[in-house]
Amino acid sequence: MKEKLVLIGNGMAGMRTVDELLKLAPNKYDITVFGAEPHGNYNRIMLSPVLAGDKTIDEIIINDLKWYQDNDINLYIGRTITEIDRVNRQVIADDGLKVSYDKLILATGSLPFMLPIPGSDLEGVISFRDINDVNVMIETAKTHKKAIVIGGGLLGLEAANGLMIQGMDVTVVHRSDALMNQQLDAEAAALMQQQLEEKGLRFLMNHDTQALLGSDRVEKIRFADGSEVEADLVVMAIGVRPNKALAEKSGIQCERGILVNDILQTFTPNIYAVGECVQHREKTFGLVAPLFEQAKVCANHLAELGIAIYVTAATATKLKVTGINLYSAGDFMGDDTTEQLVFKDPARHIYKKLVLKDNKLIGVVLYGDTTDGNWLFELLTEKQDITDIRQDILFGQQFVEQLEDTVVNG
Amino acid sequence: MAKSVTTNTTCAYCGVGCGVLATRDENGDVSVAGDTEHPSNYGRLCSKGSALADTVGLENRLLYPEINGQRASWDEALNEVSQRFQQVIDQHGPDAVAIYASGQLLTEDYYVANKLMKGFIGSANIDTNSRLCMASAVVGYKRAFGADSVPTCYEDLEQADLIIIEGSNTAWCHPVIFQRINQAKQDRPELKIVVIDPRQTATCEIADLHLPLKSGSDVALFNGLLNYLQQHHFVDNDFIDGHTEGFSQAVASAESYGIDKVAELCGLNEQDVKRFFSLFSSTEKVVTLYSQGVNQSSSGSDNSNSIINCHLATGRIGNVGMGPFSITGQPNAMGGREVGGLSNQLAAHMEIHNPKHHDLVSRFWQTDNLATQAGAKAVDMFDDVASGKIKAIWIMATNPVVTMPNAEKVKAALANCEVVVVSDCDAKTDTTEFATVLLPAHTWGEKDGTVTNSERRISHQRRFLPIAGEARPDWWIISQVAKRMGFADAFAYENPVEIFREHAALSSFENDGSRDFDLGAMAAISAEQYDDLKPIQWPVSTSKPAGTARLFEDKQFFTTTKKAQFIAVEATPPVNSPDKDYPLILNTGRIRDQWHTMTRSARSARLNGHIPEPFVEIHPDDASRWSITDGALAQIDSQWGRMIARVQVTESQQQGNVFVPMHWNAQYASLSRVDALVNPVVDPLSGQPEFKHTPVKVSQYKPAWHGFILSREPLVLEPQQYWIRIKGEQFWRYELAGEQAIDDGIAWAKAQLGAEGDWLEFSDSALHRFRAAKVIDDRLQSVVFIAAEYDMPARSWLSQLFVEENITDEMRLSLLAGKPGAGLPDVGPLVCACFGVGENTIKDAVSCGDAKTADDIGQLLKAGTNCGSCLPEIKKLIANS
Repeated sequence: MKEKLVLIGNGMAGMRTVDELLKLAPNKYDITVFGAEPHGNYNRIMLSPVLAGDKTIDEIIINDLKWYQDNDINLYIGRTITEIDRVNRQVIADDGLKVSYDKLILATGSLPFMLPIPGSDLEGVISFRDINDVNVMIETAKTHKKAIVIGGGLLGLEAANGLMIQGMDVTVVHRSDALMNQQLDAEAAALMQQQLEEKGLRFLMNHDTQALLGSDRVEKIRFADGSEVEADLVVMAIGVRPNKALAEKSGIQCERGILVNDILQTFTPNIYAVGECVQHREKTFGLVAPLFEQAKVCANHLAELGIAIYVTAATATKLKVTGINLYSAGDFMGDDTTEQLVFKDPARHIYKKLVLKDNKLIGVVLYGDTTDGNWLFELLTEKQDITDIRQDILFGQQFVEQLEDTVVNG
Repeated sequence: MAKSVTTNTTCAYCGVGCGVLATRDENGDVSVAGDTEHPSNYGRLCSKGSALADTVGLENRLLYPEINGQRASWDEALNEVSQRFQQVIDQHGPDAVAIYASGQLLTEDYYVANKLMKGFIGSANIDTNSRLCMASAVVGYKRAFGADSVPTCYEDLEQADLIIIEGSNTAWCHPVIFQRINQAKQDRPELKIVVIDPRQTATCEIADLHLPLKSGSDVALFNGLLNYLQQHHFVDNDFIDGHTEGFSQAVASAESYGIDKVAELCGLNEQDVKRFFSLFSSTEKVVTLYSQGVNQSSSGSDNSNSIINCHLATGRIGNVGMGPFSITGQPNAMGGREVGGLSNQLAAHMEIHNPKHHDLVSRFWQTDNLATQAGAKAVDMFDDVASGKIKAIWIMATNPVVTMPNAEKVKAALANCEVVVVSDCDAKTDTTEFATVLLPAHTWGEKDGTVTNSERRISHQRRFLPIAGEARPDWWIISQVAKRMGFADAFAYENPVEIFREHAALSSFENDGSRDFDLGAMAAISAEQYDDLKPIQWPVSTSKPAGTARLFEDKQFFTTTKKAQFIAVEATPPVNSPDKDYPLILNTGRIRDQWHTMTRSARSARLNGHIPEPFVEIHPDDASRWSITDGALAQIDSQWGRMIARVQVTESQQQGNVFVPMHWNAQYASLSRVDALVNPVVDPLSGQPEFKHTPVKVSQYKPAWHGFILSREPLVLEPQQYWIRIKGEQFWRYELAGEQAIDDGIAWAKAQLGAEGDWLEFSDSALHRFRAAKVIDDRLQSVVFIAAEYDMPARSWLSQLFVEENITDEMRLSLLAGKPGAGLPDVGPLVCACFGVGENTIKDAVSCGDAKTADDIGQLLKAGTNCGSCLPEIKKLIANS
């Protein structure tokens, strides 16, 4: 008799865990997957290209329904688990379905943060999180013209770019004076803003949204300074927070997210959690790389190999935003004790900044040309002294290594 | 449309006097080749000569007369000159005016200038920049032979069994002579070469023995040789008794110079001294070839005679393959000597103080106003300008603000002089800046007349270019002024051949073999014959109409007794000795690919590629003692001036000595005019300055920043900061250093270069490194590199990019690295100017084993196969690899 494994959340972190598990122990579990969205498992990162019309939904499906069948996985889509009965080891769905488990994985992901302001429940006010949001945007663009995106972060800019491609006039509203302040320094942010403005996006920087106005459907957005701008569609992209409601309600220890240890176990030993819903050693997660690493560790323990430990590694942010390559890592802002190497080729939309301390690389921002991101990240994580290549490091790995070759051979 | 025309002419540069074939094609484009028929070079050209075609453009060409900076007609300008000169003469006498002429004037121009000044204005205040280069050699010859007679010819170099090269970096300064010697040595390896020079120069590459003697100790060495010859019975008593005078006095003054004393005085080891003496003693056919190292000394005249003494003592003169041979620096230094261009000569090798000569010339010129006293020699002349004794000066074809010792004083003197007339082909030089009247003269390619080279060979330098603007021949300009001063009859020349005929006639007038300089056979030369004139060596007397290769074959000299004179000389140290404040000796000289004040040579990008920046060579021990680093900038100070130069630490420089090239000036460098430092000390007899010996100190120059700019367009830079301007292939290069820190690199760069275009930036602010590049339509417009330290990427690769039609992405990526990325070659600093072959290319060929000799390099890369000027450097690269 196989043990029963239930996964709540048919997203990228959870399904990657199943994938990894199937590789390690293909016949160990009888697997059941619940997904709230009515699709197979898809690549959420690729929603932007779908919105931009570069990809179809079919193209971003990772595992279609047939795959679940082929792998003997029971998939329940369009169903939400409302309760975990830890005592009887069963999950209960919104339609009353109960499924027993020996091991449970929580991969409930995150929820978009919606501004708690008047009018946020009006029609035409959405987030940018799933296929449904994308469909709403594409449909709205067919009939309406004016779009506002609140939030100049990664998701907001992707949404804005997609809406513009769909034919809307798009204004991005941002609270601070620099876009993507999690990933970019001011210089790169300014470059990004300029490049997007050249593409046709408008920006309202340093604007605090106070209310969304409209009788039925949203019509206007009002800012703290009293000014107003017309809007047919408002996309809120001001961040996400771990989706911990189910866990919390079921008595699983949570703080900002579901607390997990170094093997991705919750405080309830046969319940694991992976992905954006977890909190591991004070950190929550939003990028795909650590999620996949978590999946690997979690699968290892589910397979009862028991040898993997999850360590929150220094991570680099490698992104392609509206077609622009970005790479940042470490302390890329620097301070009084650090030194900076900067390269700019604004006509080619390239900006690179390296932050040094004691002749070691501690931070990287690459804008436009991220070819050397991984190499620089390696130098950063290995804390290599870069004195010898300081003059040339900004010109790339190939350049530096070729010079070294010349020295050796010449 | 005109057809392609090839003209036989001569090179514009040094005193070798090479024949050049200049071709102007149907589009007006000029190309040059060596004239295989010309006996000076038989087709060879050096790097400078090969690049002549690069220099014939109209850039900086003076096209119209100017009075006080305003364009004027010729009539106005000529009236101005003649009236201002006449006023000064009327008020202060003829010695209050002066002409300062040049070894770059044609003989005909020079003749007319001398005739006007000495013959009609009545002052001998005409001197020439040749004073700076061979006046001491003239004194040496005149004292020994009774005339300024160069006894030898180039063929003697090929016939000799021992060539002593003294005080001459022949490989760089007279490259075609060097090539002839080099070829002779290859053909006959038994030919021995001794180089006597404080520096280990490129010339030493072919030396069997290099004697790095102490600066200014030449007399001691040759007195020692004379003493050795006498002691060891190598003297030719028959010759001494039959054809010389003064031997015993000369030997007496040399007898204390034993080998040990010579070694000590010269700073040489005794074995080397002995080896030299023994080589000289045992070799019959000896040519001693000497140049500025001998001449530019406070004992320049004695240096010359100490050499000549040894040739006389052994009778080694007047025969094939032997003799003392002074080589001149300018294309027509010899012509100037022939016409009397020096202020202590009269004309046609006649003497001012000789009443017979005075009478003869007066009658020939039909003047009663011929100068009776020697005029001011160059240094005195500018001192007289400074003191106000001379109130009007006419400077022709030369640049004394750059070339005179204590040049700051000369500059101030001209700034304060009432009337400064400058005839030149360049609009802007350090000297034209002070001109009250500027007269546009013909330049090389426009000039038509004769020049005489170092072996007395007269060649016709011919016109092959259309005349630029309103430029006129110098002889015409001078004649026009003479007419306006009331001397129309004596200056009614219509063309150069008339002048040449008169010059030739004067040389043979009542000569009858009494004077060495005699062109009697050419006194009636027709215009056609003059046009077709083949190179010919004077004397060309009626008895020797085919010219004369060597003098004194008959052992008859031009002294009153017809005997050659030994001159008793004593070793005298240079006037200013180094001391604790100025502990080093500054030596100055030429580099391979620049000439004089760079007015012509610096127009050629390939010539500028060899040594782009003024430098100071210093011995490693001195460098470490004064904390001077190779590649950094150093400040050099003497009592007279200050300059800045790039440091080259090298063992080729002896300890206690530094070397700085003489070429750079305000047109190409803000703070690197070496003659501002040079002591105004002269040889008492020749008046030639001691350019090779000035006490200086050298210290670190530590500006706030170093940098360079490469720009497609020329820039205007602040004069107070250090800058060097270098013309490249489709760009200008500026080497920079500043004392005011640059806070905002990009703002500064845009202020210098204009803000338009795509800008790429690189900064490392902690190290004060800033780099930027400007690209317009994918063409590189400019690059800027700034750093706290002098150590920056080589300019060679970035320089190559200016000829590219498009900057590829790979290039763009590497631009601010200053080094090529993968697959992009960097040829390195230029070595072969003729074929544009760089150091890296040669090193690569050597390191991959393809090339083991200079010949292999030639076959593989063509480097060194045209002019051969770079062969010593190629050999060095091979030896060092």
